[in-house]
This record gives sequence, C-alpha cells and structure tokens, in this order.
Amino acid sequence: MDSKKIVKVPFEKDVVKELRAGDYIYLTGTLYSARDAAHKRLYDSILDKESKGAVLTGGELYEEKVLPLDITGNIFYYLGPTPAKEGQVIGSAGPTTSSRMDKYTPLLLEKGLVGMIGKGKRNKDVIDAIVKNGAVYMAAVGGAGALLSKCIKESRVIAYDDLGTEAIREMKVEDFPVVVVIDSQGNNLYETAVEEYKKSI
Amino acid sequence: MRTIHTDIIIDTVKDMCISANLYLAKDMEERLRYAAENEDGKLGKQIMNQLIENMEIAAKEEIPICQDTGMAVFFVNVGQDLHIEGMNITDAINEGVRRGYTEGYLRKSVVKDPLIRENTKDNTPAIIHYDIVPGDKLEITIAPKGFGSENMSKVYMLKPSDGVEGVKAAVLEAVKDAGPNACPPMVVGVGLGGDFELAAKLAKKALTREVTSHSPYEHIAKIEEELLEAINKTGIGPGGLGGKTTALAVNIETYATHIAGMPLAVNMCCHVNRHLTKVL
Repeated sequence: MDSKKIVKVPFEKDVVKELRAGDYIYLTGTLYSARDAAHKRLYDSILDKESKGAVLTGGELYEEKVLPLDITGNIFYYLGPTPAKEGQVIGSAGPTTSSRMDKYTPLLLEKGLVGMIGKGKRNKDVIDAIVKNGAVYMAAVGGAGALLSKCIKESRVIAYDDLGTEAIREMKVEDFPVVVVIDSQGNNLYETAVEEYKKSI
Repeated sequence: MRTIHTDIIIDTVKDMCISANLYLAKDMEERLRYAAENEDGKLGKQIMNQLIENMEIAAKEEIPICQDTGMAVFFVNVGQDLHIEGMNITDAINEGVRRGYTEGYLRKSVVKDPLIRENTKDNTPAIIHYDIVPGDKLEITIAPKGFGSENMSKVYMLKPSDGVEGVKAAVLEAVKDAGPNACPPMVVGVGLGGDFELAAKLAKKALTREVTSHSPYEHIAKIEEELLEAINKTGIGPGGLGGKTTALAVNIETYATHIAGMPLAVNMCCHVNRHLTKVL
C-alpha cells in the first residue's frame, strides 16, 4: 500500500489544486460539521442579507454577524453525530448523503467555502461551482461512524445549538481518512473508478 | 389465555433499539467478512477493511455502527390468543423507543411534521406494522432504518407483460441510480405483487430476512441469485468506488396481485442492515 498521505486542513496555499480525484488522504486539523438544517439557515441568511443590498464575501458576512462562522477557506463535514457518552469526544460520526446539500453548495463555495466531505453524487451545478471556485469534494466511508469518531479529537458546538445533532461543530481531527472524489479540475471519481474497475477485470 | 404486561414490552423494545444499533446480526457480519476477503477493487478493498474495523470498534466500545441510528421500524406479530395488559401496545413500543434512543445515546432523527421539521427529540414515533397470527406469543422485529439508503428506494407499477425481465431491469435501474448514495455494499429488499403499499411494505420486510436466505419459491430464489450476480457486475463496488461487492444480498418477498398489475418496490439498505427479533 502507498504511504499514508497526511494533508493539513484548512488547506495550505495551493494544496487544493494539487489534490486529484482518487487520492486517498488523511486530514489533520479543523473541520466544521454542517448538514441539512444548518445549510438551510446559512443559505437563507446570506440571501436575506443580500436581498437588502450589497454582495458580501464570506468574511464580511461573518463580520456583520450574518453567518455564525467565517466559511472562507474552511471545510464542511456533512455530519449529524449520535450523542457523546460520558468521556467521549463525540458519538458515531460518519458522513451523510451529500446530494441534499446540492441546492445550497454553489452559493457557499462562492462565499469562500473550499471543501466538503460527505458521501454520494453531486449535481452539475455543484461540480461547476467546484471548478469555478477551485474547491474539492471528498468522501468519507458511509456507515463507518464508529471508526471515524476515533479520528475526532475535540468537538464543540459553535452555532445553531437548537438544531441538536444538526448544529455546527468545530472539530479537531487527526488522520481522518477521505477519498478525493471531485477535484478542482472537475474530475469525478464516481464516474471513472467504476469504469476503471470494469476494465481491470 | 396468556397475558403479558406492557412493562415487559417497553423493556424489551428499549434493549432491542440499543442492541440493534451496536451489533450487527451474525448473518450480516459473516457476509461482510466474506465480501471483504473476496473484494478485488483497489479502493473497494480498503473500504471493506474499514467497514470491518468499524463493526469491531462499534461492538467493542459500544459506539453505534452508523450515526444514522434510523427511524425505528417494527414488524410485530401478535398471537390472537394473547392478552396484553397495561397500556396500549403502540404506546408501549413508542415508550421503549423513547427510552432506548435516550438511554442508549442513539441519534434522534425524527421530525414531527414533514414540512415544519421540528425534531421530536426522542426518535418517536416509530413505524409499526402489525400482523395478527395464530398462537399466544408476541414476536417483535426491529429494523432501525437509515435514510441515506431509504431515499434511494423506488416503487414501480409494472405491467404483467413486463415479466421477469421487467422486474430485473427495474431493480437494476434502482441499484444503479442509488450508486454511492446508498452506502454500498447494499442489501436490496424487493416486494413483488400485492398492491401499491403492500409491495413497499414487503420490500422493507425482505430486508429483515437473513442475508444468506432465499425465497422458498424456486422461481423467485432464482431471480434473487441472478439479480445479485447482475448487480455485482455493475462494478459500483464498496462506497461506489469500484469493486465486485455492490450488493450483499437481494431478498424478494412476494404476494398475490391483481390480473392487471405487477407492483414492484425496491427498498435499499446500506451495509448496516440492522434487524433483530425477540419473541415474548
């Protein structure tokens, strides 16, 4: 097996451009959990603010308290964990299906979000926005919530506490395993991997 | 007449909710291990190994196998000679779910209204299918159902002239559309016959069958085998990243149907196919 490729998150300069669909990498650093309900709130807050005037960057939206975090350069992990027991950092913590976030993702990428971790297909609008904004979509193994929880070393709710499992958490991760599925050039592993496997047999 | 008190039902349901989310049934575990050993896709193999490791960590450290601990779905066979004392049986099952999901640190994934979407915070209400059966026992099967795979399920109102080929084509189409979204390797539950809603219920019930089992009807068992082979030739593989293990099983349940129709439902389940049965 290839040696373990550890990548710091948020990404250092130009790293996102070097990632390629099919890379099996381990993330170390900070991720933010956000799934359906949190996405809807972020999205509605941005649209509501901008309907009243100027177009703002992610940083400006944060400064004006429209968003509860500055999404610029950050990565969302599509996650709603089980509750932590006494002594645990977090409960079971695997990815949820990404396509439900497709409606909200292009706007968030435009505002500076640079990566997403989930599982499953993305639509064309998301893929186009990934290429346009130089972002990346990664998949964690669906249904491996117990295993992935061991890679999360710290977790605290930073916004939307009332959403329970769907709140936004800031999480420190170590060697969190993901596969790059859609890279900044628009290569899509879900399309190529199956074809390549079929050719190999 | 035999009598049982609903306190026993509450305790049993509570324990079942917790167990089903921490430990996979033996048949699922063995099938996963077999698939991991035999997988030959490069990424597929890595993913299968992660799934085995995940299952082991879950059982050892009592962390739910998957964070989507599901909506609690039940199939309850009530013996017609059994008397249930205490509260209403549906209330008792829901109380068991409430306690199991709260005391077991399971995720509360249920919203009260499909549009307003306010979380009920205790994972109730459950979805309960009752059958009245001979005898004086109460048989409870729980199948906590995650929605990543549930969302990829389909109902087809096929025509009689579509025949076996039509059934196979529809199931294959559903599997291909599901692809990586349903967390492959999947278990494919199929309900064939009945009417619109019974086909869907049978498809869900098919998921509670042992993964190594086959339909007692020879012609249906043959379709199960042929479909599994065809699905595993798609190359979708573990995680949708290429490999020979796209499905672990295809289970088909059938029922009589109308001269004009052939309803078909495909209920997708991920590799965390949880099912557990207790008889009281």
